Amino acid sequence: MFLFKIAYRNLVGAGLRTWLNVGVLSLIYVLIIWHQGLFIGMLKQASRDAIRDEIAGGQYWQKNYDPDDPLSLDDSHAAVPPSLMEIIRRGDAVPVLIRNASIFPGGRIQNILLKGIEPGQNILGIPTALLVTGDKTLPVLAGERMARNNSLRPGGSLTIRWRDVHGTFDAEEGRIAGIIKTNVASIDSGQLWVPLPDLQKMMLLPGEATMVVLKDGLTGPGEVSGWVFRDQNFLLRDIHELVRSKRSSSILLYLLLLFLALLAIFDTQVLAIFRRRREIGTLMAMGMTRLKVILIFTVEGMMNALLALAVGAVYGFPLLFITARTGIPLPQDYDRFGFDIGNRILPAYSAGLVLGTVLLVTLTVTIVSYLPARDISRLKPTDALRGKVS
Amino acid sequence: MPLVHIENMVKRYPMGGQDFIAINHINLDFEKGEFAGVVGPSGSGKTTLLNLIGTLDTPSEGSITVLGKQVERLSEKEAAELRCRRLGFIFQTYNLLPVYTVYENVEFPLLLLGIPDGERKKKVLDALEWVGLTDKMKSRPDQLSGGQAQRVSIARAVVKQPELVLADEPTANLDSENSRHILSTMSRLNSDLKTTFIFSTHDDKVVDYLRRRITLVDGTVSKDEVVSPGKKESGSESQET
Repeated sequence: MFLFKIAYRNLVGAGLRTWLNVGVLSLIYVLIIWHQGLFIGMLKQASRDAIRDEIAGGQYWQKNYDPDDPLSLDDSHAAVPPSLMEIIRRGDAVPVLIRNASIFPGGRIQNILLKGIEPGQNILGIPTALLVTGDKTLPVLAGERMARNNSLRPGGSLTIRWRDVHGTFDAEEGRIAGIIKTNVASIDSGQLWVPLPDLQKMMLLPGEATMVVLKDGLTGPGEVSGWVFRDQNFLLRDIHELVRSKRSSSILLYLLLLFLALLAIFDTQVLAIFRRRREIGTLMAMGMTRLKVILIFTVEGMMNALLALAVGAVYGFPLLFITARTGIPLPQDYDRFGFDIGNRILPAYSAGLVLGTVLLVTLTVTIVSYLPARDISRLKPTDALRGKVS
Repeated sequence: MPLVHIENMVKRYPMGGQDFIAINHINLDFEKGEFAGVVGPSGSGKTTLLNLIGTLDTPSEGSITVLGKQVERLSEKEAAELRCRRLGFIFQTYNLLPVYTVYENVEFPLLLLGIPDGERKKKVLDALEWVGLTDKMKSRPDQLSGGQAQRVSIARAVVKQPELVLADEPTANLDSENSRHILSTMSRLNSDLKTTFIFSTHDDKVVDYLRRRITLVDGTVSKDEVVSPGKKESGSESQET
């Protein structure tokens, strides 16, 4: 307790030197927590949006379906098996048929995915109710990115060409029934949504689907012959991987920041020991052992970190609280970064993140303070009193 | 048993590949209540002798016993303990802790001893009163004159009422008036508290106040004499060595 008291007095008495250290360290605390919170928030937000609009409780894929291979789509269809039909009838799942097609925006041909979905479904967060028009023209939903890239507007029409299951080309005029506002690019870019019965009819695939999406929180019927179940973890793996890789680079950045701050602390401690060697000699003359003097300097360093924590909390807590509530706006072209997130990121700060950061910084600062203080053990009291480094 | 017993003590320092002998076969005793000074020119070994008595250093040869403890046999911890409880130091450059107030500087040795709050406060105020600095207790060292700073240093040395106070050139940085003030303060504390004072000095003003004067030349005792304060030459018992 006595050592803490002395260290605290020395710290407060050092004035500007202390406050400069404390300022830098508090900034490091806040930056690390904010930065990591940003990535955790990103991961949570991207996962939440993907679950709401695309993945739901997991998907049964027709065994040939491979989303990374468009050519596999020709064979990725089958009649929905009875065990899944039962769930669909209860309203706990929705079938989706996916086929290749082409559109002709501005007179140029563009290959797209045509996705058929039940208009009355409520499993995915897509506004499929807009597909119920009572009109004879094929109603089509397009995502914001798709609409923007191809100049599609609600009420506008477009020509869709496809090949049915027998390879026969056919085409029809469709009308944009609505625009899907979503953060999930994989249900938006390069694809159009149409009513499932219409698509089945167009493709000559009555009662068939490419996948069946389960309601979030629902457990599937287990193994279904000819179909493979993909759970949330599997379907979110790309997001996790992407966030992980971006987080690694962010960790490098904050390690660099931490290193610079620690270098400053180390430098300050070395200078302090050099400047205060007569004081060290006096402390020894008054009856302090070398160990106690080392402890004073180490505790001083650790207190720098604790004081920085208090200062960081004063401005950091409101700052982090506000950003967690209001989010951080992204530039207009944010979706071109390859991240499926909203136009605002809501950082998420967990207790583990805050505690972990506090422990990491405090421990590292303490170690960095100890290293130069250890040199005191080689200092003779008589040399220290003369202001000499032995 | 003398307070300090030095027997055939030698202190050597390595210097430029050779040994420099700072103390050369000294034999000395200091009794309780003495007000003694070690005088001599620069480099004669005065500070080295005080450092050895103060357990801040150990002899290369011979032996030194301070307050019943043989210094060369003390561990670092034991030597620190001895300094903490039974020795006081006064330095030429005052060596006050710069971030502390006068009160806190004087309080520091008591904190090291773990003396409880109430008792500590009383002792600090008493010590400040002895040196006449009660009105400056909230000042910081950089707000004090040289004389005031040295008086704080004295208060810090005597606050725990040690048996022995070692003062290394205590008046070297002070003018005549402040020097006299400091010396009369120490002399009074020597009489009132029965604290033994050993100085190192080459200042004539200090020499006037001494009751015993030991002259060091090239690390050896050239003269050890008992003198009457204020009467440097007359009435002295001189022992040439």
